[in-house]
Amino acid sequence: MNTLIAIIGLGVLTLILEIFNLRKTIVPVTIIGLLAVLALNISEFGSVGNYYNNMIVVTKFSSVFSSLFIILTIFLVALSHNFYENHQSKLSDFIAIKVFLLSGAVVMVSFGNLSMYFLGIEVLSISLYILAASNRLNIKSNEAGMKYFLMGSFASAIILFGICLIYGAMGSFDITEISEMSHSAELPIWFPIGIAMVTIGMLFKIAAVPFHFWAPDVYEGSPALTTATMSTLAKVVAMATLYKLLSAMNADISPAFQIIIVIISIASMTVGNIMALKQANVKRMLAFSGISHAGFMLMALLSLSTSASSLLYYASAYSLAGIAAFSVLLYVCKNRDNEDIVNFHGLGKTNPLLAAILTGALLSMAGIPIFSGFFAKLVLFNQTIHTGYLIVVIAAVINSIISVGYYFKLILAMYSKEPNETRTGTPVLIYGVAVVAIVLNIVLGLFPSFVLDLLG
Amino acid sequence: MNISLILIILLVGALVTFLVGDKLASKVALFFGIAAFGSSLVLLSHFNAGENLDFISKWISKPNISFALKADGLSLAMLLLTTALTPIIIFCSFGNDYKNSKSFYSLILFMAFAMAGTFLAGDGLLYYIFWELSLIPIYFIALLWGNGDDEERKKAVVKFFIYTLAGSLFMLVAFVYLYQKAGSLLIEDLYALDLSSSEQLWIFMAFFLAYAIKIPIIPFHTWQAKVYQKAPTVGTMLLSGVMLKMGLYSIIRWQLPIAPLAAKNYMFVLITLGIAGVIYGSIVALRQKDLKKLLAYSSLAHVGLIAAGAYTLTLDGLRGAVLQMIAHGFVVVGLFFVAEIIFRRYETRNISEMGGIRSQSPKFTSMFMILVLASVALPTTFNFVGEFTVLYSLSQINVWLAIFGGTTIILGAYYMLKMFQHVMLGETNTKIFADVTLNETITMVIIVAVLFFFGMYPKPITDLITPSLETILNTINK
Repeated sequence: MNTLIAIIGLGVLTLILEIFNLRKTIVPVTIIGLLAVLALNISEFGSVGNYYNNMIVVTKFSSVFSSLFIILTIFLVALSHNFYENHQSKLSDFIAIKVFLLSGAVVMVSFGNLSMYFLGIEVLSISLYILAASNRLNIKSNEAGMKYFLMGSFASAIILFGICLIYGAMGSFDITEISEMSHSAELPIWFPIGIAMVTIGMLFKIAAVPFHFWAPDVYEGSPALTTATMSTLAKVVAMATLYKLLSAMNADISPAFQIIIVIISIASMTVGNIMALKQANVKRMLAFSGISHAGFMLMALLSLSTSASSLLYYASAYSLAGIAAFSVLLYVCKNRDNEDIVNFHGLGKTNPLLAAILTGALLSMAGIPIFSGFFAKLVLFNQTIHTGYLIVVIAAVINSIISVGYYFKLILAMYSKEPNETRTGTPVLIYGVAVVAIVLNIVLGLFPSFVLDLLG
Repeated sequence: MNISLILIILLVGALVTFLVGDKLASKVALFFGIAAFGSSLVLLSHFNAGENLDFISKWISKPNISFALKADGLSLAMLLLTTALTPIIIFCSFGNDYKNSKSFYSLILFMAFAMAGTFLAGDGLLYYIFWELSLIPIYFIALLWGNGDDEERKKAVVKFFIYTLAGSLFMLVAFVYLYQKAGSLLIEDLYALDLSSSEQLWIFMAFFLAYAIKIPIIPFHTWQAKVYQKAPTVGTMLLSGVMLKMGLYSIIRWQLPIAPLAAKNYMFVLITLGIAGVIYGSIVALRQKDLKKLLAYSSLAHVGLIAAGAYTLTLDGLRGAVLQMIAHGFVVVGLFFVAEIIFRRYETRNISEMGGIRSQSPKFTSMFMILVLASVALPTTFNFVGEFTVLYSLSQINVWLAIFGGTTIILGAYYMLKMFQHVMLGETNTKIFADVTLNETITMVIIVAVLFFFGMYPKPITDLITPSLETILNTINK
């Protein structure tokens, strides 16, 4: 709870700094502030508490995931410094929106009441709508914002409808009460329908197949940093929320639920990967690869009671690799009007460090050992086979092989093509973020117990 | 003293090589390669004195994974092969100039590290990690320092990578499944597992896919010839000298003891696949015009026989397979080095453009001749010991298998001598063949000496590997 208050306070502070003409200090102050919030959050790891009539419930799950979100936001804020160099006047707005987005994310994993959950999702989504359209003079960015807003609000409406049905069935918004009642034998039909609608809405936010059609266009049109936010932070948040929601409502009681998750999971992996194979635009490719990773993470929902730590590990590994990859993309495609793979040609010669980092990030996503992406897949496979869904694991393995195809296309482009032009300048923060993210990724790979044991 | 020392030396070596810069890289890499070889000899003497070199430490609590290294005779023999060939391979490259050589040599040492780890790992997951890790350096070595047309090379290397990764991912699924059964992936626990025959079959198949692609066994060999041809010679040496031995070693260490029933039921099919590789490889080798491709197909023929030997599930078969693995490692490195020596002077790998070297460089000719004869298993060479033992074990199963397997010697003699004739003999070439340098002579003399020494006195190696092979056989027949 203190974390949440501190985050919102920090968001307001960034706006105030602008008023007092302290624009230069915004990024450092926000980073330091977020580090402090992270420390505060970690210091409260053990404590469990309910606030405001169970509106907010802080558990180990919520505080661990909040820490991950805060770390990701620190990276994203650090990247903002360079990204908004040419739009200094808007810097405070964008940073503040990112911080508010974080507050929405924290609410989404620590809600105790469905109305709070909806508030969280709206805070997060509206921040993302703004960020998607934030390149005001670019027609593509406008299109992305509009598309995302229309589709997103539609999904929000479905979620809201689902919440209403659940309320109609259970007579309460409170998660613990709903959870207790869901064990009873006679449940009104509205309850499973409500869960299905909420799930559909969340799958939309995650961009799982068949609710993924918005993702490629929105990812491509949005400014690169927003795409980074959407494909790392927002995706992980939505995944954790869906996990929390479904396990609270004991959705896995119904056998139909398992079958649906199996189908959506396999479909997401396969469609995402096959579409990614054909992309020439790196941002679009990462968007499709994100869809396939969503499919992997959905595997965690097959064993709701035990897979929290697997999901956390996968989410950390994936988002750290994503941050590293996107920070290289930000550097390479700065001042370019597109993110085509051509821009990456010869990066291995012109900038070996960043090329190595991007290679590492892609290898992690492909699941090559010692990068944490490998262990993420391993623990998920282990979990899923344990639950008895060997078929999903085999589909996942085949998809891992397909994914190597497009990840290596990019690696090949970096190392075996001639550079077409030289890039100058060494933006310190981008380098810093890329290095720290990939190092964290490798450290997680070397010591997986560190994260895997967090959630027992 | 424990066995992880070798891994540390190789890993540190890779780092230091990268840091010292392009000028010194090759010498530093050679130094670390020799240091690793020296310390593995020291470890060997400790092992022979009865010391236990195993190393185990908890790594991940959930899932239950240990950092376990197991040093028995078999692992040590393979470790010695790796650490002995690494400095030789590095030394082979001294005549060439590689751009960005710090990365190049660092990748070689890193690859040696991963391969040594694969041979030592005593925990399934650790083994898998090393197995996969060895793929990354060879990918970059073949891609960035390879020869021939860029596009073609890229295609070949990517195909190789995806192919091998695909195979090993199914092995990973098998390991995860085994973990569910055993609750740990320590090799002792996996050996102790009691699996039903259908489970064994699936696990056997998953392992087989990984190994058959890596070795390669027919029909999973399609990546091989192109990659051997396109990779730089050093990469080809690493691939054929050591890396494919990972697959053969894994058959003996992991596949057979974990799923013995499946191995017994399908023994005939497996041996036939191996021998099909012998015949196919030999016949295709006959038609090759490119020296490296010819050697690649001859390698396919030889490893087919080794795999067949391993799948006989007899002590002789396993022993012959291991001996032949080591012998083949040295011979194939020697032969690819010969191809490189000729390429340095003639700038071609096309056999028809060579000829008449003998009169210009008799010293080189005689060493090359010895290598050719060793590769066709002439008695008194190391390869004879291995191939003879394997053929003997095949004849115990069915005499026809031995007869077909024996074609490796007959056909091998035919295509190798034909190749030798075209490359070395004939009209004096108008092109001048500068005599071999001191470095080249040293390398070849070392390889030839090893082949002769163990050809006449294989006892140290058989003594080293036999006890551990007997343990494995006991597990298979339990």
